[in-house]
Parts: sequence; structure tokens; C-alpha cells
Amino acid sequence: MRLTALLMTVLSSGALAEDFVRLPGQPAFASILRYAESDGKVSIAPFQLMTRPVTNAQFLAFVVKHPEWRRGAAPAIFAEPRYLEHWSGPLLLGDSAEPEQPVTRVSWFAARAYCEASNARLPTWSEWEYAAAADATRADARQDLAWRDRILRWYAKPSNAAIARVGQGVPDLHGVHDLHGLIWEWVDDYAAMLVSADNRNQADPDLLKFCGAGALDTNDRENYAVLMRIAMLSALEGHDTTGNLGFRCARDSSEDSP
Amino acid sequence: MTTAFPATTTLLCVMLALAGCSASGTPATPPTAGNTAVATATPADTGGSRKGDFGPPRGEPIKAVLTSPPNVPPPTGRSAPAKVIVELEVIEKELPISEGTTYTFWTFGGTVPGSFIRVRQGDTVEFHLNNHPDSKMPHNIDLHGVTGPGGGAASSFTAPGHSSQFTFKALNQGLFVYHCATAPVGMHVANGMYGLILVEPPEGLPPVDKEFYVMQGDFYTVGKFREKGFQAFDMQKAIDENATYVLFNGSETALTGDNALKASVGQTVRLYVGNGGPNLVSSFHVIGEIFDKVWYEGGTRYQENVQTTLVPAGGAIIADFHLEVPGSYVLVDHSIFRAFNKGALGILKIDGPNNLSIYSGKEVDSVYLGDKAASLTSVAVAATSNAAGTLSLEQQVAAGKSLYSGTCSVCHQDNGAGLSGVFPPLAKSDYLATQPKEQIVRVVLNGLNGAVKVNGQDYNSVMPPMSQLTDDEIANILTFVQSSWGNNGERVRKEEVTAIRNATPRTQGAAH
Repeated sequence: MRLTALLMTVLSSGALAEDFVRLPGQPAFASILRYAESDGKVSIAPFQLMTRPVTNAQFLAFVVKHPEWRRGAAPAIFAEPRYLEHWSGPLLLGDSAEPEQPVTRVSWFAARAYCEASNARLPTWSEWEYAAAADATRADARQDLAWRDRILRWYAKPSNAAIARVGQGVPDLHGVHDLHGLIWEWVDDYAAMLVSADNRNQADPDLLKFCGAGALDTNDRENYAVLMRIAMLSALEGHDTTGNLGFRCARDSSEDSP
Repeated sequence: MTTAFPATTTLLCVMLALAGCSASGTPATPPTAGNTAVATATPADTGGSRKGDFGPPRGEPIKAVLTSPPNVPPPTGRSAPAKVIVELEVIEKELPISEGTTYTFWTFGGTVPGSFIRVRQGDTVEFHLNNHPDSKMPHNIDLHGVTGPGGGAASSFTAPGHSSQFTFKALNQGLFVYHCATAPVGMHVANGMYGLILVEPPEGLPPVDKEFYVMQGDFYTVGKFREKGFQAFDMQKAIDENATYVLFNGSETALTGDNALKASVGQTVRLYVGNGGPNLVSSFHVIGEIFDKVWYEGGTRYQENVQTTLVPAGGAIIADFHLEVPGSYVLVDHSIFRAFNKGALGILKIDGPNNLSIYSGKEVDSVYLGDKAASLTSVAVAATSNAAGTLSLEQQVAAGKSLYSGTCSVCHQDNGAGLSGVFPPLAKSDYLATQPKEQIVRVVLNGLNGAVKVNGQDYNSVMPPMSQLTDDEIANILTFVQSSWGNNGERVRKEEVTAIRNATPRTQGAAH
């Protein structure tokens, strides 16, 4: 009974609202990844992106509706044993998972299922990278050294402190929060990002690199903040979870709900 | 007889060829370290990795002893290849980089440099890299002692809260750097992700009394050197190779104060010195010591009697030296502004009895005026007067006094008292009173070597010849000495010195 009561409180709070915002896209976005066939430029169609990462409360609502994604029920090949392990129970957040904190320790499969259930999908890497290039006043702030330094500062701190709640800071130009400085985020095509595990092979057309959709090298070696995102995603498999890896969803712009 | 030479030569060549052949056919018998010192026409090589495989591991797997700097694990003491299990944990943590200043280091084993790993050539190493769940970053490890693509990097790429395993055979002996090679590799290295792995030669290294683990690294912070509080990594400074800190063992205080390395007189110390970089090359030097042996570049051969040795970024050396004199010895990068302005300092504290015959400590602290600093007016006046035949005793004494204070007072002191037991006194000297004038002039010209008794005290040291002084100068100095401090006032003339110099075979200018 107590559990249900708590659940109802969470579910009835405003925390569950999923705010999507439309991003205009860009026909020739300069990705940090070197796409051989397109001179590093990718076309980003207009799309919608959640303004905040998915929260514990939102993910709890999802597993309430989808028992197959509850901790202990999700098959190991889709979610490793540490899936949602910081929650007190399969349907209980508890002390170490505040409703407004971003959900972490979620696998790629689980994140994908969540977005599908919201009539959405995970953003592609290009979409994420394009969105994350913005700051409060510019659509592409990546060449600003101050911007880079600010982002790098997050990486300079180990993640043994509690993660902040979502949406605390100033939104960017598009109205999106927390693309930097809060958590790592899954992207839909993370598995195609076969950046060599050994950072120094980049001149060598190693087998690792031409299997994936993004046959990859990096264009902007000074953009360490984005490089680290890529390295992190490259280290993961779909069932993996970590204490600071979450996600947000995207939608094609044509699927805009009025 | 003329044909004997080519015949002998041919025979020699055949023998050498045979020796070379049999050496290369002998399985797995690398030379001992001592062999490198043996002068042979063709020093045997170790065979490198071709001869580093001593077959499958024998016995039960052994868990490697890992140590934090500055400690080094004990010698493996094994005579057969073993399977060695290494468990290394990656931890990202905030640690002091200087007093009152912290930095987020990414570490292998919780320290900078990372844990020291020690195996034997031919060992099979099962390597486990565990990335702590609190880590923000994925990490991997490239061990320079691994034969294989990436040195293990591609096989050990590990997300936070995960563990990777790979196995390698340590085919090459030597001291090797390991480091993280995850993108962006420069930042991972700049944050302290490096350490050393020693692959002992099969016969081990020569035993020593103390072994220490020291590793240099350069660090790039947003704030200035010693700016207090938490300091973040500065990417631009790293790219510009403009280091804020250059440190031994990851902190300004890692090897100073209570953390100084400690050993005793009579011991032989071995330093395993690595350089993690990411950017700077180290000119490693210990102030006041000479390395008896340096296994340069961490390889098989050693050089002897080395003052400063180069440690490349991503390289290492082994240095042995015997300790004779107690005191504090300073480890530095002899690119010396790094030592005094960026923190590349460590202390090796040696206790034990003094050995004055090797190093006396400070014996004399006297005014040094330099050759030109003394007023030479009086000397010039005396020389002119002497040439004119009008030289007075006062002129001689004045000139002698100037010369004495530039040359003689360093040992015999300004007041002529000497140093008891070391430098004989000239004041009220019974030696000066009793020796004939010719002998006293000869002492100045030729020096004095051996036992001498002055004013009742025995002296047994060396006075160098002062034959660089002109006859004029010697006459004036001796006249000054004999006219001072209660001596007998005997006057010495230039001509007398000239006569004695001409009668005495000696080396000109031996003192300078």
C-alpha cells in the first residue's frame, strides 16, 4: 500500500511531463567525426529533442507500465546485473535515487524501449553532437575555448558525488538542458561509433574502423570534451550500465505533435 | 712468413663465425648482466624477444605483488617461467598536487605513478584491468612491455564499473612504462595514468640494499603554480606543452620532508626512474651523487659513472649508486627551472657516519677577492721601485699583503693562523723561524707534500706549488709574512727568489 501511495505521488507530480523542443537542424554540420564520404559534414534534419534527460520518476512510470523492463525481469542480454541497482526496489526509488535526478544505470536496450514507448527514439550521435554544440547564445560554440574549458571541468571531477537534478542550469539557445555537465547519454547509433579503442591508431586504417556506419576518425582533435563522449560510448555494449550514463529521447520533426 | 698473416686471419674469422653460430643456436641463455662489462670482440646480445620465450608457465599461478610509489616489489626470485596474475584498478580521485592545491588524478591503483609491477622475462601475465564504478571515464592500458598491437590497449578498453582481461608473455627484459591510451590519450596521461613494469632478466638484477620507484610527469592546471584550491586540467597549456607543474611521483611533496627517500652510508641504492610525460623529456640527476651504473633507456646494457641521464617521455632508466657520504641528496630534472619553479625535486636522505677523506664538508669560509679584486696598486708600486732600485721594506710589505690575501689566505687565513690540524699557521711560526730562507722560498715555488710539524702540531696535507707567482710577488709575500704576526722580520729579495727558482727543476704554473 505504501509503495502504491508513493508511486501515485510520483506519477501525479509534474515530473512526468516530457518536454520536447524542435531543433532546426543543419544541412552541413561539421561533425567531429570524419565521415569519409562527406568530408566531415553531416546533414541534420529538423528534429525534436527532450529538453531534459529522462528522470528516475519518468523511468519508474515506464517500468510500472512495462513489467518486462523492471529490474530483475529484464533479460541479462538486454540489461546487465547492475541495471537500476541504485533503486531501492524494482518499483521503488529509495534514498539514493531522487525522482528529479536523471535515471542512470540503464542499458541501451532499456533506453531504446523507453523512447519507443513514448512514441520517440534515441537521438543519433550526429543529432546529439549538433544539439550539444550550442551554448546559451550560439548554435555552435565549439570553437570557443571558454566553452570547452567549462565543459571539460565536468570531466575533471570523479563521479562519486550525487548527481544533480535535471534542468538546474541555464538552457541553451534551443531551450535544451544538461547536454553537458550532468551525465553521459546513450545515442541510438552508439554501436556504429567504432573509434579505435587505442587512440593513437588514427592514421592506420585498422579493421576496427571501417566496419561501422561512421568510418571514423576525428576532425577536431582539440575538442577533448566531445572526444571523451565518443570514447565513452565506444567503450560500451548495449547491455552495459554505468552510474553516470543516462539518456533522453528524440523524435523526427514530421512526427511533431501539434 | 708473409702468408702466415692471411692464414691466421682466416682461421680467426672461422672461429668467430662458429662462435656466433653456436651462440645463436643455444636456446634461451641470455647473458648475465655482468657479461656486459666483459670486453669481448663481439658482445653477445640477449636475442631480444626471439629468445624471450622460455616455454609454458610452470607451477601454480602467482598473484603479483603490486606496490605504491616509492616502493618496489621484491625480486621475483624465480628460475622458471610462471603465470602471474596482475589486478590493477583504475581510480579517479582528487589528490594534493602541491600544498593546499588539489587536482583530479586518474590513477592506476590509486597513486601517481601507478602501482609498480614486477615480473620475470618469459612469464605469462594474466592482466585484469578493473575500472572503478565511480569512474567517469572509460580507460585502458598500454604496457610497453607487451608484444602485440597497442600493447594491450585495444584488449583492455574498460567502461566504468567494468573489468577487462588479457594475457601476454613478457618476451623482452627491461624496465617499461605503462599508460592509458584512451581518447584523448594526452589528457589521460596528463592526469597521471602511467606507471612502470619491470621485466627482470632470467638471472635477476644484481642485488642492492634499497630500491625506489620514482616517476616524473608534467601537469597542466588552469591556475598558476601553487595557486591554492582545486585546480582543473588546462587543455590549451597541455597542447602548448607549457607545464604548470613538473613533478616526481605526482606531488610536490611526494619525495620531500617526511616523504624523503631514506638510506644509509654503505648501502647501494637502485632507482627505477620512469617518465610518464605527457610532453617533457627528463634530464634526471641526483645532486651530489654519481650513478655508478645506469641501465639507460631501461634496457639490458649499463653505462658507468654517469652524472645526468636522459629519461624520455614514455621511457625509463635504472640507476645504481653506492652511498659513501651522509646528507641530503636532491633528485632533480636538470632542466633546472623545472626543479626550482615547477616542483621537480625529491630528497634522498642518507644517514651514517661522516667520511671526511671523501668529503670534508665546509672547511673554510674566507673572503675571496678574485685575481683582480685585490688592490694591485701596491704591487705595481713595489715592482716599479724594485726596477729603480728604491724598493723599501714598507713597499714590499704592502705589496705582499695584497698578494697574500688573494692567494695564501684561502688556506692560511687572513690572520695567518691557518686551520688547526689542516693548514699550518704562519703566525708566530716556529717553522718559518727555524727553516733557512731558501727552504721557505722552495715551499712556495714547489709546494709541500707530506708530514710537517709546526708549533708542536703535526700536519700531513698538500700545499700546491705556487710557481705561477713571479719572483717579485713571492719575495713580497714572504717579506710580508715574515714581517707580520710576530715572525722574525726577515726580508726576501726578488733576486734571491730568482736564484732559487733557477736552481730548482719544477713544473711551471702547476697550481693553476
